[in-house]
Amino acid sequence: MTATMTPTPVRKRSSLTKGQLPKAAPYIVLALAMVIGAAILAVVGFNPFGWGIVTAILFAAGLVGWSAVVEGRRKAQDKLATCLVSGAFIVALLPLVSVIWTVLVNGIPGLIAPGFMSSSMNGVTGVFDNKAVEEGAPVVGGIYHALLGTLEITLLATVISVPVGLLTAIYLVEYGADRSLARAITFFVDVMTGIPSIVAGLFAAAFFFAIVGPGTKTGAVAAVALSVLMIPVVVRSSEEMLKIVPNELREAAYALGVRKWRTILKVVIPTAISGIASGVTLAIARVIGETAPILVTAGFATAINANVFSGWMASLPTFIYTQILNPTSPSNPDPSSQRAWGAALVLIILVMLLNLGARLIARVFAPKAGR
Amino acid sequence: MTTTSLTRSRGAGPAGDKVFSGATLAAGCLILAVLFGVALFLVIQAIPALVAPGAEIQGGAGFFAYIWPIVIGTLIAALIALVIATPISIGVALFISHFAPRRLASGLGYVIDLLAAIPSVVYGAWGAAFLAKEISPAYNWLASNMGWLPIFQGPASATGKTILTAGIVLAVMVLPIITSLTREIFLQTPKLHEEAALALGATRWEMIKMTVLPFGRPGIISAVMLGLGRALGETMAVALVLSSGALTASLIQSGNQTIAAEIALNFPEASGLKVSTLIAAGLVLFLITLAVNIVARWIISRHKEFSGAN
Repeated sequence: MTATMTPTPVRKRSSLTKGQLPKAAPYIVLALAMVIGAAILAVVGFNPFGWGIVTAILFAAGLVGWSAVVEGRRKAQDKLATCLVSGAFIVALLPLVSVIWTVLVNGIPGLIAPGFMSSSMNGVTGVFDNKAVEEGAPVVGGIYHALLGTLEITLLATVISVPVGLLTAIYLVEYGADRSLARAITFFVDVMTGIPSIVAGLFAAAFFFAIVGPGTKTGAVAAVALSVLMIPVVVRSSEEMLKIVPNELREAAYALGVRKWRTILKVVIPTAISGIASGVTLAIARVIGETAPILVTAGFATAINANVFSGWMASLPTFIYTQILNPTSPSNPDPSSQRAWGAALVLIILVMLLNLGARLIARVFAPKAGR
Repeated sequence: MTTTSLTRSRGAGPAGDKVFSGATLAAGCLILAVLFGVALFLVIQAIPALVAPGAEIQGGAGFFAYIWPIVIGTLIAALIALVIATPISIGVALFISHFAPRRLASGLGYVIDLLAAIPSVVYGAWGAAFLAKEISPAYNWLASNMGWLPIFQGPASATGKTILTAGIVLAVMVLPIITSLTREIFLQTPKLHEEAALALGATRWEMIKMTVLPFGRPGIISAVMLGLGRALGETMAVALVLSSGALTASLIQSGNQTIAAEIALNFPEASGLKVSTLIAAGLVLFLITLAVNIVARWIISRHKEFSGAN
């Protein structure tokens, strides 16, 4: 770098950018890393996953090494950190892509099997599954009973949790002020968020065993268990939403002589309703996939049971769980796992729809500005 | 404050106020009652197992001998999950808050939140059907090359259904929790600190080391503890992935069991004293996660500025 006045002006670099890598440096290193990575993998046996890993390591080493030579130690450390942080993000995406891919590939055959959505597992025995594997007969049995159970249990849990959660949030924001009771509720709601789902299930089971009688397992017990998980989520999200309602709105209502409870019902809640509704939808999305609490409270059924207050009840998560762990036909588990993956696909679609719905609700019902 | 002579005569009288505030207060107290109820009913139903003669408990040596191996198993699985998930989630949080282009950042955050939306039973199924199969060659390699370490002692499980696989699945499940909490905290770093560091000529990494990480340290610790609480109580990933057995030091053999999975696997068919034993196990799990969560919340509340973290 001694010859500052080189005869060819094209290669001259400003003193400001001296000691920096060219703009295209990452792309050059990436291309080299991909080629060398492919060459190395070709020797030991090519597979795309290994190629990705080798390329990433070569890329990071190459870029950091080059930077250390040209730019010095500090810039090289910065490059290394950037590579590591971006790498962490890519690593975090791998399981997401892998899970969704696995569920799609394995779930679609189950989903398009005739009668999958419209029939239950009532009367479906290992004999049918053996026949399906050995003679190529269609896989019978479906998730109707489980889907019905999931919807009913979740609906009941929502009916229990939303009033309790919303009223508590109103108490915390509008009435609690800084009272010690409000502080205690806030603290214990936080603690409740951390209750393991299976403990919530055990609580509901223990409660009904003590009140109704040992071995009581119905959809309603499961709904109570899910409420224990759902209430803190509803409280937290509604509380946040009520807090951001501007105080000027409340004061304007008070100034007009409106009573506090009517102010809350007619002014505060309508302003926050979009956030509250999307929070509730997210809470539903969270509990609809819970398996453990339903497993210990509602058991699992193979027949359609539309009554949440009596008898064991199936649900999608427990359906998946039992079909994988105890296949209908132990000698030929393939039809069972096909049904399980189909149910998993339906469950993921439900959860994703709820998440999407929450975003839509938040956008559509958001209070219009400048009214 | 609004009960003046002007409003007293209007239709909706003071009774409405009383009823409404009473209802909200009742709802708040109901939540407290539920939490105490959780503890109370678990204790009531668990007492028979705690006082029963040792020979009647599963294993024949009393409740304590039954519970301690699965407590250790639970801790092992959660520890594996945290060791894997913590550095990755801090990296992801930094990527979203300080490295990704501003326009992409919120979308990328949503993608990571999708990880949290996938039901646990689906993760369990994925771990059992896909991950365990794909990862078992790596276990064989570990057993033959690192076998001198007790935790990698061979022979490796042929199915890959080991505590390490369960720990990896748990790591995937706690990753979005730790990420979203730490991301919020990193975003709250005072802008002036960051800009001062950059103005002094710090590179981006030096700026993060000097301002973002010291500011976020208590937040990171509590986020990791909340992740720990989740990992301790997670059921399905372990119940479906792990082929359980007695407590073993090796992470790549089948064996070990966690409290949550033990309950899920045995509760549906249990009756009598076995139910009490499992509920007592649930009580132990409840107390462990309660302690972890209270410590985490206490750290958060000591630093009030992080209260926006969730």
